[in-house]
Amino acid sequence: MRTLRARLTPYALIFPGGLWLAIFFVVPTLVMLSLSLQSGNVVDGFAFTFNWHSYVDGVTTYHDQIVRSLLYGLTATVVQIVIGFPVAYWIAFKGGARKSVYLFLVLLPFLVSFVLRTISWQFLLSDNGILFGPLKDIGLLPQDFRVLATPYAVIGGLSYNFLPFMILPMYVALERIDPRLLEAAQDLYASRAQTFLRVVLPLSLPGVFAGVLMTFVPATSDYVNSSVLGGTNTTMIGNVIQNQFLVNQDYPVASALSFTLMALLLIGIFVYARALGTEDVLEVAAR
Amino acid sequence: MNDFRNQDPALLRGMTQRRLGRRDAFRLAGMSAAGLALAACGVQGKRVAQPTSSAQAQSAVQQYWSGKVKNGHVDFANWPLYMDPKQPELKQFTQATGITVTYSEVIQENASWFAKIQPLLAAGQSINYDLMVVTNGIQFSQLVELGYLVPLDHGKLPNFAANAGPRYKSEAFDPGNVYSVPWTSGMTGIAYNPKYIDTPPTSYAAMWDPKYKGKVGMMADSQEIGNFAMFLLGIDPEKSTPADWEKAAAKLKEQRDAGIVRKYYDQSYVDPLSKGDIWMCQAWSGDIFQKNVSDGTDLKFVIPDEGATIWTDNMMIPKTAANPVDAITLMDFFYDPKVAASLAEYINYVTPVPAAQALIKQDADAASGDDKKTLTEVADSPLVFPSEADYAKLRSYRNFKNTDEQKQYENIFQAITTA
Repeated sequence: MRTLRARLTPYALIFPGGLWLAIFFVVPTLVMLSLSLQSGNVVDGFAFTFNWHSYVDGVTTYHDQIVRSLLYGLTATVVQIVIGFPVAYWIAFKGGARKSVYLFLVLLPFLVSFVLRTISWQFLLSDNGILFGPLKDIGLLPQDFRVLATPYAVIGGLSYNFLPFMILPMYVALERIDPRLLEAAQDLYASRAQTFLRVVLPLSLPGVFAGVLMTFVPATSDYVNSSVLGGTNTTMIGNVIQNQFLVNQDYPVASALSFTLMALLLIGIFVYARALGTEDVLEVAAR
Repeated sequence: MNDFRNQDPALLRGMTQRRLGRRDAFRLAGMSAAGLALAACGVQGKRVAQPTSSAQAQSAVQQYWSGKVKNGHVDFANWPLYMDPKQPELKQFTQATGITVTYSEVIQENASWFAKIQPLLAAGQSINYDLMVVTNGIQFSQLVELGYLVPLDHGKLPNFAANAGPRYKSEAFDPGNVYSVPWTSGMTGIAYNPKYIDTPPTSYAAMWDPKYKGKVGMMADSQEIGNFAMFLLGIDPEKSTPADWEKAAAKLKEQRDAGIVRKYYDQSYVDPLSKGDIWMCQAWSGDIFQKNVSDGTDLKFVIPDEGATIWTDNMMIPKTAANPVDAITLMDFFYDPKVAASLAEYINYVTPVPAAQALIKQDADAASGDDKKTLTEVADSPLVFPSEADYAKLRSYRNFKNTDEQKQYENIFQAITTA
């Protein structure tokens, strides 16, 4: 009896999560896959015709938006590493007793709705708003200077909105580093720079990888930042997909674009995991 | 170098060919079954036949309305800036009829609204609204074609019969008001902020003027944006051809690539205009008036010399409505001239009830100070009560023959707005 229970326990543990994923991820994904191969329109209905053209059409028409999204996502990710790593490092090693307070501060923006946070940037960055208005009045900025409705605003918004997702995993990785390792490095006459480069950085890479995974993917497929902060020629692939689904109701092209994006991101992640050379990186990232 | 011919042929075969094991065979079978299941989940065609004779239409009306009773409540979906936020008209309605109204400003754009309700209506499910307002155009035609609208029982619309202007009883998009009655009409023109613009624009060419680089807002709606370029080129949008659309798109591309356009907006253009992020933009006639009244701004609206489009936003009942009798009662209530006048005084859009003009003048005479000035302006405004000469300058949206034509149009102009 006990052995049977022991054998069933793992399945019982995975059952709710597995069922959840099966219903809310696998089934919709298969439906989308089917949709991406259908042809037709809303009035006459859609039919399954193995219509590969949706993929060809989607990629040729929206090639620019796909490349732009990957570039914006990548730039935002780099910006987040540059901003986030020192923050995570500082909290992990110098945070002292107040670590949890600082972590809470990092998470604080999450208590405000995502869309609202982005819209508040509209006010902040408005051409004659609280930030640029005074600077223009005293002549520090030219009158026609603007950030809103430019790629900078979109990338800035992306970096800002996903930053906590970057900081937290990096913090976890840094926090796990045994301080005795740093002492050992010093005992062996490593300089502070050497200690950082040869001990801290390699040990923190899994955290960086997890952070990149959690920010690059959503940032690349995001559509809120571009539609709220962007202007002309800043449309991201997420906006196109949203538009095709919810405005044009061209479900096949929308689904085909979603799958193309998914494939590109997966390829990117695996290449990145390989390049990083840490094979158990996903395992570590999952911790 | 090893000569591959010397190697064991079985090894070579094993490395180059895919062997189909029993497991793989099962897996493949499973996948093809899934494939078949997927193939079956295509979306069915849903176009319905339209009644061909008046007798048929009449019986459709009777069939729908027989046995329907008043339930005492109605859920009304409308656009923002289409009613005084205090909703005095709805309070009056509840007082007069005992029917309560939940008023929601949930419609921002025709296309996205249609995309939101279409799957529900296709499945025969309630959209949670009994009355909604949709502009004449692509989505309106689709709602009719798909049979998603209730044929109206004109026996329940006495005010409409008595008070609607003749123009609004014979609209080309819904002859005989089978499915809809107008909420209001409005024009799409140019709005500008006089704080930044000294010479009022009189032509569409102003929106292509390089001196306003980065300060011009255009709409994301493919009809609105296409119309502007066509007016500039001297093309009547209503009679335009695909070749005209290409020409218009080239003009819009030129405007975008020169950096003149800051952004393609949905309903959200009013705030950036008053903040000075944009100086000039495409706008709907009443929005600017309301912004000025509610926030004390001094924005201006002009109909350019080339003409403009007039559109009509229409009230209609979706076929899955839970309270159709209450909804049609509310529809008719808005055709009481007093109600129409009070609505027009606030929203400043073209009212389909001409008798409202005299009532607004009366109100103006009774009022004093600023109120008097505003009311007199409304009563005399060509944006609320256009004269025949004004109407002559106004054009309608292009009606599309079929979905292919419409898709062609949208693809041409969305290539501009979603670049």
